[in-house]
Amino acid sequence: MASNNITRRSFLGAAGIVAAALAACGGAGEGGGNAAAGKVYWLNFKPELDETLQTIKDMYKEAKGIEPKIVTAASGTYSQTLTSEMDKTDAPTMFVIGNAAGVKEWGGFALDLKGTAIESELNTDAYNLYDESGKLVSMGYCYECYGIVANADLIAKAGHDIADIKDFASLEAVVTDIHERADELGFDAFVATDMDDSSSWRVTGHLANLDYFYEERDDGGWDECPATIKGTYVENYKKLYDLAINNSTVEPKTLATGGHDPAQQFKDGKACFFFTGSWDYADLAAAQPNIHMLPYYCGVDGEEKAGLNCGTENCWAVNANASEADQQATIDFMVWLVTDPDASALLVEQLGIMPYNNAAESTNGFLNDAADYTSNGCYVMDWATNYQPNVDDYRAALVSALNAYNANPSDKTWADVRTAFVDGWATQYKKANA
Amino acid sequence: MSKKIGRGNSQTQATRRWAWLFLGPVVAAFTIGFVWPFIQGICLSFCKFRITSDATFVGISNYQAALADPSFQHSFWYTAATAVVSLVLINVFAFAVAYALTQGIRGSNLYRTVFFMPNLIGGIVLGYIWSMIFDGILSHYDTSILLETKYGFWGLIILMCWQQIGYMMIIYIAGLQAVPEDMIEAAKIDGATKWQTLFRVIIPNVMPSITICTFLSLTNGFKLFDQNLALTGGLPYLIQPDGSTINTTEMLALNIYNTFYNSSTAARGTAQAKAVIFFVLVAGLGLAQLAYTRKREVQQ
Repeated sequence: MASNNITRRSFLGAAGIVAAALAACGGAGEGGGNAAAGKVYWLNFKPELDETLQTIKDMYKEAKGIEPKIVTAASGTYSQTLTSEMDKTDAPTMFVIGNAAGVKEWGGFALDLKGTAIESELNTDAYNLYDESGKLVSMGYCYECYGIVANADLIAKAGHDIADIKDFASLEAVVTDIHERADELGFDAFVATDMDDSSSWRVTGHLANLDYFYEERDDGGWDECPATIKGTYVENYKKLYDLAINNSTVEPKTLATGGHDPAQQFKDGKACFFFTGSWDYADLAAAQPNIHMLPYYCGVDGEEKAGLNCGTENCWAVNANASEADQQATIDFMVWLVTDPDASALLVEQLGIMPYNNAAESTNGFLNDAADYTSNGCYVMDWATNYQPNVDDYRAALVSALNAYNANPSDKTWADVRTAFVDGWATQYKKANA
Repeated sequence: MSKKIGRGNSQTQATRRWAWLFLGPVVAAFTIGFVWPFIQGICLSFCKFRITSDATFVGISNYQAALADPSFQHSFWYTAATAVVSLVLINVFAFAVAYALTQGIRGSNLYRTVFFMPNLIGGIVLGYIWSMIFDGILSHYDTSILLETKYGFWGLIILMCWQQIGYMMIIYIAGLQAVPEDMIEAAKIDGATKWQTLFRVIIPNVMPSITICTFLSLTNGFKLFDQNLALTGGLPYLIQPDGSTINTTEMLALNIYNTFYNSSTAARGTAQAKAVIFFVLVAGLGLAQLAYTRKREVQQ
């Protein structure tokens, strides 16, 4: 064996070559890898993903002989970490730009991903972020969704078919029928839409998205938080909201206090409709096997083509200042992540669904529903709700107004809801941008 | 005993020389933990800042914004009402309980312990427990403590009474036990009724306790935060025509907190100015009240 014959001289020579190779990598440390093939440095922003990524790092090294460097910023410190890492010579080649604000701040550091190998793997451009010049700054690597979760078994038990629910009218027909016959059936239509802190976000954050989304669509898309909103679809919001609270297991008057545990009601089969999202799938599916997610049908024209509310802040960007070899290595790594069956299966388990043609199938039923809607040509309702200005104050005002409406439904109390919804946006925008 | 300690006294010299060693840690802790943050807080109230190490001077505009804020004005009057009502109720009940428990009834010690115990529970926990109790009752009437300002107000008063009566009671008991027996006996021999004894002999003698209890309950009332946050969190809101809100059950401390954290970072200076106004107010009221009740204390 060669090692038996190492002389002091050849050892020094070899050491010199190794040192030179390391220097060429810019002191990349563990992420040095093969200099000719370029290197990969992923600055990850999700602490809960770190363990999986360390496994993936080893898998990639085994498969391709390149060890990517993967660093996870401590919880809540991603932007500080990115700021300091980007200053270094050995900067991340792959990082996260998750929203429009991030595009403004970091878009200049991002390579245009248009026409790259990873772009051709995408099956939708719904989660891509572009800057004003049309550059593809970052692309979503996973997404979540929310909507109306429905228990297909219970709906069938009541003599309806979940497949018949195509718009607000058909949803309303099923819901009101079930509620009227609740005593006879032994279950009701909607679970309690509680307004305490553990649950109010379902309506002040998520359900509200239907107004923002359709307004955004009317405006031709929002690039940043608008200073005002028009409330064009607040009446549609009211329709769906009223349907939920008036055909429910509990009286609207009792919603302010909350404490009804809507998820438990749903799991116990006490009602068949529930406003929630894909993160609840495993929990709900363990109790009720045949569950699906419906879009927010609220009486908007053309809503038969509505899909679920899907969105993400998990978007990849490639460092424009990295060397070409490094960029290529990074893109190769990304492609491998979304095409390798084992790697993508690991990621899908952690992240939900990955919108790429050859990624592993998601095991999340709600996300599969979302993908089905998309492949049937339905539009994705993106998360315009993420623009809510001064989000805590804005939602708290909405909760208070909805509490008053629930206790005493009238035009007067609804006018306050509308004020909090529409004028509250402008007020909070002003405060946030003072 | 009256001999003046001369300069030559070695103990005095040693004390003088080493005083800094014993005073140092306390002075340092007090400076680091109170004086410095206090000064910095006052400075920041004249600044615009996102993080405290990077502030720009803006003059008195923060104070103008704070005083012009209708939610701050509302929370001031709401706090004043809460503080005054709770001050009266807490002290009347605490004195009554203390008086009853110094009359030698059986099981006095047990009662004292039981009345004192609520004081050992933290404000946040108390707030949530009482919100459940109130809502448990109000739900029979199809309403909630979060729906009516008056429920929120009286709910908070009940909570504060429940928590603080026991504490004040202990102070009153100490005061009552210090009233000289012979004075009460003399009053009895002179033919004073129970009420006369109470108002003419006992109360003037427990004035020091009343001073301290009214001071504590007044400042406690003004500074109240945890209970307010947990019980109603300011709900219900009055939605203003422009979409802004008046949080009807929000007290001063919660108003400052909400201004600092929930609004834009530009409002942090305003919150800081509110906090300085708040300090001046509480300190001023406390001192005025101390001066007033001190005058009524009698020398034994």
